Amino acid sequence: MGNDAAAHKALIWKVFGILSVITIVEVGLGIVKPEVLFMNNFVGTSLLNWIFLILTLVKAYYIVWYFMHLGDEKKSFKYSIVLPLIILIPYLAALLIIEGGYVYETLAPYINWNY
Amino acid sequence: MEANIADKTKGNAWDGGSERPMGASYGKMMMWFFIVSDALTFSGFLAAYGLTRFKFIDVWPIADEVFTHFPFMHGAHAPMYYVALMTFILIFSSVTMVLAVDAGHNMNKKKVTFYMFLTIIGGVIFVGSQAWEWKNFINGSYGAVQLKDGKIVQFTENGHQIALADFVQAHPKEAVDHTRNNGLWFEEGDANPSFTVEEVVASFKANPNVNLRIEKIDPATKKKIIVSREEGLKFLAQSARVVEGANLEVNEYGSSQFADFFFFITGFHGFHVFSGIVLNIIIFFNVIIGTYERRGHYEMVEKVGLYWHFVDLVWVFVFTFFYLV
Repeated sequence: MGNDAAAHKALIWKVFGILSVITIVEVGLGIVKPEVLFMNNFVGTSLLNWIFLILTLVKAYYIVWYFMHLGDEKKSFKYSIVLPLIILIPYLAALLIIEGGYVYETLAPYINWNY
Repeated sequence: MEANIADKTKGNAWDGGSERPMGASYGKMMMWFFIVSDALTFSGFLAAYGLTRFKFIDVWPIADEVFTHFPFMHGAHAPMYYVALMTFILIFSSVTMVLAVDAGHNMNKKKVTFYMFLTIIGGVIFVGSQAWEWKNFINGSYGAVQLKDGKIVQFTENGHQIALADFVQAHPKEAVDHTRNNGLWFEEGDANPSFTVEEVVASFKANPNVNLRIEKIDPATKKKIIVSREEGLKFLAQSARVVEGANLEVNEYGSSQFADFFFFITGFHGFHVFSGIVLNIIIFFNVIIGTYERRGHYEMVEKVGLYWHFVDLVWVFVFTFFYLV
């Protein structure tokens, strides 16, 4: 039991380390904005933004799985929490962002920048 | 498969009986389902932000130029450092929370108390930081001019944004702030901006080094376009008013919807942090008076812990979508 508790504590600090490193990397990239990653367009936005999105999802995984201990729950419980979210959120986000892009393409030509 | 039915003969019916569907207790499961619904609420807000941002993708404010303050470093250009610090504070208070839960499993009352205390302190520091961030955003840092059609123009020198106070010559004011003392006692008007439109335009004409920056982003450099002096004068001929700071109606950094979403989403998140602190304080005192010691388990700490981690999780996304991308 005592050994188990120590291992669990070590895991908590390890996850904290991972989250910190990811945050530092994100902030570093956000300040430097490396040209290779920033000055391009890959599926609607820059590569840099995709990296930010993926790192964010990795952080979310560590928080939910290890801090909220969802990883220790029963399989059925895990899926009843995670599945609705990973189906509904990307669906809503994709539809709205596509719609936003469409509205931009339609309206932007009508905005006057010459006086 | 056996059906899960609340059995009144076993345990307390109010807690769903002694059945534990999917191996989770009633309280914990309901906290998780609340979190699912709250996660969908926040997704709705952030997705709406995404819609608006893509709708105005070529004029959206650049976050690095908006959030540049750091405490005790006046005038320093420190993009993102402060919000990174806030993120660390919240992650760290998540760690102390999970350590409190861990100590609860080992029935270690002293350690639960200590870690709960640290968690509450972390939460309070975070909310305070959020308030400071709001204060800076509301007061603004440079000042700008709004044109008649609502566009915002800012001023630059050598490619860097400068404040109105750096180049505008103010004349003695004719307009007086309408406070309760000098007008109708039961109402007051907005404070007058530090400079009038005429003063700004005259000073712009008098300072050949000053250029005008418009909201539009140049796709080639991904930076806001700085227009020539002649063009700048044409823009300024359309001036409607001087804008200092941000509120729900107008925003010196650009699109007013940026400010609207910033206030709404970070405000809603800040309210969650505040509620989390209140819940944590309640549980903290329950731990101290030994409620959970007598109950034989610290599951309550685990449940508020879930909520607290969720608040941290939301911040991870808010941080990405408002400050990084």
